[in-house]
Amino acid sequence: MKKVYTNAADALNDLLFDGMTIAAGGFGLCGIPELLLQAIKKRGTKDLIFASNNAGVDDFGIGVLLQTHQVKKMISSYVGENSEFMRQYLSGELELEFTPQGTLAERMRAGGCGIPGFYTKTGVGTLIAEGKEHKDFDGETYILERGIFADLSIVKAWKADTTGNAVFRKTARNFNPPAAMCGKICVIEVEEIVKPGELDPDSIHLPSIYVHRVIQGHHEKRIEQRTIRAA
Amino acid sequence: MAWDRNQMAARAAQELQDGWYVNLGIGIPTLVSNYIPEGIEVTLQSENGMLGMGPFPAENEIDADLINAGKQTITELPHTAYFDSATSFGMIRGGKIAMAILGAMEVAENGDLANWMIPKKLIKGMGGAMDLVAGVGRVVVVMDHCNKQGESKILRQCTLPLTGQRVVDRIITNLGVLDIEKGGLRIIELAPNVTRDELHAATEARIIE
Repeated sequence: MKKVYTNAADALNDLLFDGMTIAAGGFGLCGIPELLLQAIKKRGTKDLIFASNNAGVDDFGIGVLLQTHQVKKMISSYVGENSEFMRQYLSGELELEFTPQGTLAERMRAGGCGIPGFYTKTGVGTLIAEGKEHKDFDGETYILERGIFADLSIVKAWKADTTGNAVFRKTARNFNPPAAMCGKICVIEVEEIVKPGELDPDSIHLPSIYVHRVIQGHHEKRIEQRTIRAA
Repeated sequence: MAWDRNQMAARAAQELQDGWYVNLGIGIPTLVSNYIPEGIEVTLQSENGMLGMGPFPAENEIDADLINAGKQTITELPHTAYFDSATSFGMIRGGKIAMAILGAMEVAENGDLANWMIPKKLIKGMGGAMDLVAGVGRVVVVMDHCNKQGESKILRQCTLPLTGQRVVDRIITNLGVLDIEKGGLRIIELAPNVTRDELHAATEARIIE
């Protein structure tokens, strides 16, 4: 079973279709699948629904797919820092399902674990609770949130072996493991592909069962807020 | 003389207790880490997947894979641990984080908090704020007492969409410290040279004596 593909376009070749739901890893611009997003842009796949914590910036991350009007809907917790997103949203071109960050992560994790819904206190009494089932447990009110089952997961890891076992680096892990888990098929892009045995089996962050295709490439890894301490 | 931003952060740092795991929001709450009292060890959580957040990096330490929840570059500490976002919010939802210190647009006398949205004006999203206020042990708000128009931000009822219902425990403003209690707010402390009358005058919410 060959999992290693030559590049992003090759790995996504037979997987993309209009109207599909894609779960994408990353937080801000950190740990985003930048190469796979560029390949989706080149293919021109339309009406995409993205479950992703953020929408990138105007010219990087999911932002590149907003410029080409390929996105129909975002399921996100925070979409600031993207003026094109705001323009499309306010003009009604783009749907937005605001989901609290932890609820979004758990919706992905739950979907990947075969759990269609879970109850959480997050958002009770707020706009996001409207229309959702409420249920009391031990005197506290919770709302029902649904697991996310995506057609495709796109994820950025640091290293993977050729079977798909993957490790992440520092805070670039973020949404990548839960996003990887909730898709029918998961494609990951990494900085380095190694042979089986080169990653410590006790330190695998994402086991190969969740990973169907792997590509290696050069990442820009753009920094959103370069902050340094006074010398 | 009311407290300035740094003095508010220093006062908020007095809320910390030894051994606590704490989440600091963006803005004035971030400054709290500069004033952690001597002899108190707290571990800062960054909800994008890190415990043990260190200071901003020197130029040669900048790492694109290491940012805080405000997307700023940061550093790690010897006891740092990294994890994914589902695990991170498991800690938050599960009540493992002792306290969150957050900014706010409005707080109501019953503890309702609004800090994520101004309809038709500011629609960026709640990020992790709803999860934090619903899940952590104690919520402390640090904010200016009044908005730029001079109107009280501490209200009988919030006018903006809520981040959480009855979630705030304590408010630290430029004028003093107030606790949310049954029936209204209790003044815990006044900033230097601020009188009770001045605090009353600047507060729309009910203050109980």
